[in-house]
Amino acid sequence: MGDWMTVTDPGLSSESKYISQYTSETKMSPSSLYSQQVLCSSIPLSKNVHSFFSAFCTEENIEQSISYLDQELTTFGFPSLYEESKGKETKRELNIVAVLNCMNELLVLQRKNLLAQENVETQNLKLGSDMDHLQNCYAKLKEQLETSRREMIGLQERDRQLQCKNRNLHQLLKNEKDEVQKLQNIIASRATQYNHDMKRKEREYNKLKERLHQLVMNKKDKKIAMEVLNYVGRADGKRGSWRTGKTEARNEDEMYKILLNDYEYRQKQILMENAELKKVLQQMKKEMISLLSPQKQKPRERADDSTGTVISDIEEDAGELSRESMWDLSCETVREQLTNSIRKQWRILKSHVEKLDNQVSKVHVEGFNDEDVISRQDHEQETEKLELEIQQCKEMIKTQQQLLQQQLATACDDDTTSLLRDCYLLEEKERLKEEWSLFKEQKKNFEKERRSFTEAAIRLGLERKAFEEERASWLKQQFLNMTTFDHQNSENVKLLSAFSGSSDRDNPTVHSRPRQKKPHGAPSGSPVCMSKLTKSLPASPSTSDFCQTRSCVSEHSSISVLNTTPEESKPNQVGRECTNQKWSVASRPDSQEGGYSGRSSTYANSHVEKDDLP
Amino acid sequence: MNFSEVFKLSSLLCKFSPDGKYLASCVQYRLVVRDANTLQICQLYTCLDQIQHVEWSADSLFILCALYKRGLVQVWSLEQPEWHCKIDEGSAGLVASCWSPDGRHILNTTEFHLRITVWSLCTKSVSYIKYPKACQQGITFTRDGRYLALAERRDCKDYVSILVCSDWQLLRHFDTDTQDLAGIEWAPNGCVLAAWDSCLEYKILLYSLDGRLLSTFCAYEWSLGIKSVAWSPSSQFLAVGSYDGKVRILNHVTWKMITEFGHPATINNPKIVVYKEAEKSPPLVLGRLAFPPPRAAAGPLSSTESKYEVASVPVSLQTLKPAPDRANPRIGIGAMAFSPDSCFLATRSDSVPTAVWIWDIQKLRLLAALEQLSAVRCFQWDPRQARLAICTGGSKVYLWSPAGCVSVQVPGEGDFQVLSLCWHLSGDSLALLSKDHFCLCFLETEQGVGTAFGQRGDHT
Repeated sequence: MGDWMTVTDPGLSSESKYISQYTSETKMSPSSLYSQQVLCSSIPLSKNVHSFFSAFCTEENIEQSISYLDQELTTFGFPSLYEESKGKETKRELNIVAVLNCMNELLVLQRKNLLAQENVETQNLKLGSDMDHLQNCYAKLKEQLETSRREMIGLQERDRQLQCKNRNLHQLLKNEKDEVQKLQNIIASRATQYNHDMKRKEREYNKLKERLHQLVMNKKDKKIAMEVLNYVGRADGKRGSWRTGKTEARNEDEMYKILLNDYEYRQKQILMENAELKKVLQQMKKEMISLLSPQKQKPRERADDSTGTVISDIEEDAGELSRESMWDLSCETVREQLTNSIRKQWRILKSHVEKLDNQVSKVHVEGFNDEDVISRQDHEQETEKLELEIQQCKEMIKTQQQLLQQQLATACDDDTTSLLRDCYLLEEKERLKEEWSLFKEQKKNFEKERRSFTEAAIRLGLERKAFEEERASWLKQQFLNMTTFDHQNSENVKLLSAFSGSSDRDNPTVHSRPRQKKPHGAPSGSPVCMSKLTKSLPASPSTSDFCQTRSCVSEHSSISVLNTTPEESKPNQVGRECTNQKWSVASRPDSQEGGYSGRSSTYANSHVEKDDLP
Repeated sequence: MNFSEVFKLSSLLCKFSPDGKYLASCVQYRLVVRDANTLQICQLYTCLDQIQHVEWSADSLFILCALYKRGLVQVWSLEQPEWHCKIDEGSAGLVASCWSPDGRHILNTTEFHLRITVWSLCTKSVSYIKYPKACQQGITFTRDGRYLALAERRDCKDYVSILVCSDWQLLRHFDTDTQDLAGIEWAPNGCVLAAWDSCLEYKILLYSLDGRLLSTFCAYEWSLGIKSVAWSPSSQFLAVGSYDGKVRILNHVTWKMITEFGHPATINNPKIVVYKEAEKSPPLVLGRLAFPPPRAAAGPLSSTESKYEVASVPVSLQTLKPAPDRANPRIGIGAMAFSPDSCFLATRSDSVPTAVWIWDIQKLRLLAALEQLSAVRCFQWDPRQARLAICTGGSKVYLWSPAGCVSVQVPGEGDFQVLSLCWHLSGDSLALLSKDHFCLCFLETEQGVGTAFGQRGDHT
């Protein structure tokens, strides 16, 4: 039953259509089959409509068909086709106006349906093409996936093979290593064996030699001799000396003398070399000093410790330079001094050169990107500047603090300063007073406004009460009207109430529809004309109506299923809400209407946009 | 450049006297002494048998002729032609004979290195030195002639004895930490003795005159080691050539390696000048061509001239593939020689036998490479200047100096294959030795050389 109730909106979504078919079936109307056909095929086959109508309604069953239509329409929430009956006995008469209205609305709905259908169709087409596209994409991606999977498998296979190979190679390497180890062991063992054999052989050889020696030498070999005509004198003319202990000592002495001479010679050479090197160092130092002296000021500013000492060194050295004979003394201290100073100066020079290099590189880099890289020097300069600024700021702060302290110290006892300050205060007080009076005036104004507001609120409350009463009576009437119908009507009321309560915006439109339509007269019959009208007058009430009905339909279709039961319990509340709305329209016509018109215009705009689509 | 006429010679025995006045040469059993300048025969001595070794005494007064086969040494005096001395080693045999530096003693090594006999020409005294080691270079005298270092082998251990030459007293005797000592050599200043192990182990030891071990150096292990050793004349550097084809230069202060000279087969550095000997076909002069070509001209070596071309880098040199299964493989640095001013080092790698490498010792880099057409037999520096003479067994002699390179054809009928050469003391002349002949090559004086090089500009 819940389904039933929700379905009865005039929404023409396909869902509601089918459900309405269902309802009609349940009613077992005589031409239910026909009606089904109508509902099913009326939209695509407009030609058939006439023939069906002819078939549906004949001379004989006019009454029946009218009543059937009335029933159907009421179930769809249209007003009854019959005039309101004064009594039960009097036969209800057909209200032509209502019929026409209904027809018009049906036509409008039909047109909307068509539009919606077209939209849906185009959308369907679009979706279809999208789907095709997506399917293509899907297929392609699937293919890609397949290929990549195959590739992956191939790569995995290759990887596996390579790993296999690697393993094999590792194994081979290991084997080779083992082999090498083995061979080394073999070599070592062979070497020892060989050495051993060699030694044995050599011993044998020595023994043989010994034996031979004995044999050859001991037997006084006559042959071993020297024939000489006469002995010659020694090359140095001296006679040969006897071998004594003295000669041995002399030999030793001579040997050491030779060694000593050699060492002395070498020392001399080294000394000479050293002297040369020292000379070079001195010269280098001098040149470095002369080179670096123009930059003396710069490093001093940087307050670098090492440079500072170096500068002092330089000064010392300048004095030292006069005693050039210093380097002749190969004293350790002198040497250290020299090397140290050279080292330091070299460091300075190096840093300087590096700086220059940096500059050069910076210039190079600037050619490509100007601001990206900040050279170290710039950075340093910047930091220096900033530090200087910080210093200045600190100084300023300090002076200010001092001044403040001075002031504080003097303020407690100095009356003149307080007096001076008082005069300042007087001026300020006057200004404040002025402001105060202004403020008071404003406050008064505000209170006035508040009072008027409260009055308006009271009035509003009264009006609201009246409206509620009116509404209650109207509802009663409605209820009573409905009870006159068949057993379904009771449900219809509920439906209506539910319908009205579903949305705040719906009620005014639903309730005000008859009122609004009357001044306008009969709306244009043809939907084409209608669309023209909407186009030309987007803010016109009729169009806004359409929009709202449409919006309510669409909203309902979505919400209806969800909130069915709670609405039964609070029809009153809903009524109050809609009265509230009504009231707001009345009380603040400009603002609310503006909002309304704005809203409607937005709806209209949306409508127009939709209208343009087909 | 002038050449003398060709004289007969046997066993490549031809020596200039140390004072440079004479030239001794042997023809079979005759010893001929000529004036080094005029080449006129001054003396002619006849030995008992074929002479196998000739040596001048240091004072150029005596000449020693060793007849190893007979175990005989004959000594001749230049001043007294009638004076004569004959030393017979008898059944002990003779394998080596040399003068002591004083020129009054002769050291004879008996067969099987049983002992060294020191014969004095002044007195009747004979000294024996036992246990000399049979090795590549077991005897070395200091340059001043005061000391003799001798390699010994006792109880399977290597020893070095340092003897005073004046009275043959033992000064020091110490064992060396070697497996098999292969050679010893004094530094030119006579204060450091280098001793190296056999090729099985790379090891070189440096001893002071008083027997202290100064340092040892080992470049690598497991592979064949030292093949040649050379001291620079200044005693500053010790070049060690090894079987890995590298020369390592040690310094005399720390005895550590200063640098390593590899001998790659390809030279890529464009700074290195590569002289390549190229054959020059003789110009065909139709008029002078005899119809039956003379026999002498038929020999390809005599007819072709050669010249040096400066090859453009990269140059790849011809390399021999060593046979690993044979002993004494043709690899490694087989010969090294420092120039007299110690500025250059000439080396020959046995795996690149056609090339001579000349290294600049001041800059410690390769200066030039000479690629000959055939394998280099011998090279020797001019004792006075940086000039290197090279022979390859062909009929040409090659000279290199920092200014350039020349190839000189030895004139004369027939084939004169220069197998060896030796410089005269003054550097003015050069004796070129072939198998059966020798001739002298007189080089011009400084100015003359300049013009000669100028004229031969196309050869450089």
